[in-house]
Amino acid sequence: MIDLLTEFPALPRTFLRDFKRGIDNGFKEFSRSYGDAIETFFYPLLKFLVFIEQLLLATPWPIFIGVVAFLGYWATRSYKLVLGVIVALFVVGLFGMWEDTMETTGIIVVSTLVAILVGIPLGILMSKSNNAQSILTPILDFMQTLPPFVYLIPVVMLLGIGKVPGLIAVVIYAVPPVVRLTNLGIREVDKEIIEAAESFGATPRQKLYKVQIPLAMPTIFAGINQTIMMALAMVIIASMIGVKGLGLEVLRSITNQYLAIGLLNGTAIVVIAIIFDRISQAYGKRVQEHRKGGHH
Amino acid sequence: MGNTKIKIENLYKIFGRNSKDSIQLVENGMGKDELLEKKGHVLGLNNINMSIEESSVHVVMGLSGSGKSTLIRHINRLIDPTGGKVEVDGQDITQLDILALNEFRKNKTGMVFQRFGLLPHLNILDNVTFGLDIKKVEKSIAQSKATEWLKKVGLVGYEKRYPQELSGGMQQRVGLARALTNDPEILLMDEAFSALDPLIKKDMQDILIDLQKELKKTIVFITHDLDEALKLGDKIAILKDGFMDQEGTAIDILLEPKTDYVKRFVEDVNRSRVLKAKNIMEDQSTVPDELMSGQKMTLAQETVIEKFIDKVITEQPNLIEVKEQEKIVGYITPQRLSFILQK
Repeated sequence: MIDLLTEFPALPRTFLRDFKRGIDNGFKEFSRSYGDAIETFFYPLLKFLVFIEQLLLATPWPIFIGVVAFLGYWATRSYKLVLGVIVALFVVGLFGMWEDTMETTGIIVVSTLVAILVGIPLGILMSKSNNAQSILTPILDFMQTLPPFVYLIPVVMLLGIGKVPGLIAVVIYAVPPVVRLTNLGIREVDKEIIEAAESFGATPRQKLYKVQIPLAMPTIFAGINQTIMMALAMVIIASMIGVKGLGLEVLRSITNQYLAIGLLNGTAIVVIAIIFDRISQAYGKRVQEHRKGGHH
Repeated sequence: MGNTKIKIENLYKIFGRNSKDSIQLVENGMGKDELLEKKGHVLGLNNINMSIEESSVHVVMGLSGSGKSTLIRHINRLIDPTGGKVEVDGQDITQLDILALNEFRKNKTGMVFQRFGLLPHLNILDNVTFGLDIKKVEKSIAQSKATEWLKKVGLVGYEKRYPQELSGGMQQRVGLARALTNDPEILLMDEAFSALDPLIKKDMQDILIDLQKELKKTIVFITHDLDEALKLGDKIAILKDGFMDQEGTAIDILLEPKTDYVKRFVEDVNRSRVLKAKNIMEDQSTVPDELMSGQKMTLAQETVIEKFIDKVITEQPNLIEVKEQEKIVGYITPQRLSFILQK
């Protein structure tokens, strides 16, 4: 009697073993028969990712710094920020982290692009149809409550370890904000402006491209900004399944207690996070200018 | 006056699920509150019938919640009716499919909104060409038309500005120019001047009156302001709780208010300030012959009573002739004048 209370009455050991084995075998069977097809499907993504990484690595460092500095100036019009960007990237390079930084930047760029490509149409769909919204909202809620580590499990099972599974995990983790905020931005457009467009006989497509998306732009950009930040967080975690770059170094430093490597790479991650965040936020604000009546 | 341009027949709008069934209940006399309580439906419009003449300004007046904005949205079907017909040039627009409806909106109607409804991300010129852009009119043609209308509403030099940089009155002039650039036959104005300061509002009313002299559009004008209704409307319809209480000319409504609601509206109106010579003039047939040969005074038809009453008192004419561009269009006898002011 006492035993029953102190030890949880788990299912019999043999049953649990068979149960787990059953699932594992089923999954193995699945990935054995469909693994190739799935890989072929994602092959273009891999090509694209590799291309971007090669491009970033092949670009001479002064040009890369120059381009980022120019983007920073174009988005913010602040010399202080430009100076900060140049100094920070210089330091990162001096401490021997240039290549890792380029790899991490590459995967963030690609995963953000993919997230935008997937997320904006989904957001538009949600804004157009209440049914789609009521289906997608709980899915997005669920995705955002899942601990990031859990994303890695199905992806690794299906695609194994490597760049593409890492990229997919990052995209899945990072896509919810851009979906949500695209939906919100379109739904928030002033009803009278929509009526005005309709009163001129605008078709749904004209309404979408000429009115709703332009007016939702600042909100969509807030979503893209959040997506970039989440991609950055996930890229580090995805180093556990074979994504190279700064994250891998951090992982190494944790498992081997290399304090210096950890600190340096951690700092490099913060540096690119700040650069991405500043530039994308400032651009979002500039998109918003006319709304607020700036221009003075 | 001309032909019927817009004809609204037995129009009902009831908001809520399966609201078609409720028409019967309303027809049998169920009121707004009872309908809300029993079925959860909101009665928006209750059996509206009206005909709007071509080239006239037809004002629909009512307080908020009276259904006036709902009514005007039925004319270009921004809102679909629960029951009834809306005919424009004899065509029932409630039967149009979405393509035909868009064509109808592109070619027949233009709308001006209370809070302007301008596109904040486009500059003034692009806002004004918006309707033509939707119609896929070539950009250079659209821009030259837009420039012309911007000139007519007095906004030359603002083409490259953005809506937020303009005052409310200027924004609404953009809204007006935008609607007119499409050259619609029907202009729908939903509380177009209600959000403006009193002085700007008066300016805008004068701009509209001036433009209308030349344009002769069919204008449906929604307002909650009786003075505005009397100033602009050839005919005025008064709406209360979705029901049309009274429809008539300014003089009908002022002199013979049919319901207590309308009576309360018109009680405090200063007639000498809102009524114009053209509102109170009569045909020659009603004028006694002996007055025709007596001492006369001449007025333009747009003059309000307040502006000529002093002259009538000092000159004491036997008869007042009302003219429009050198042509006599009617007469006012002193008796008529005093009757109007006293009743």
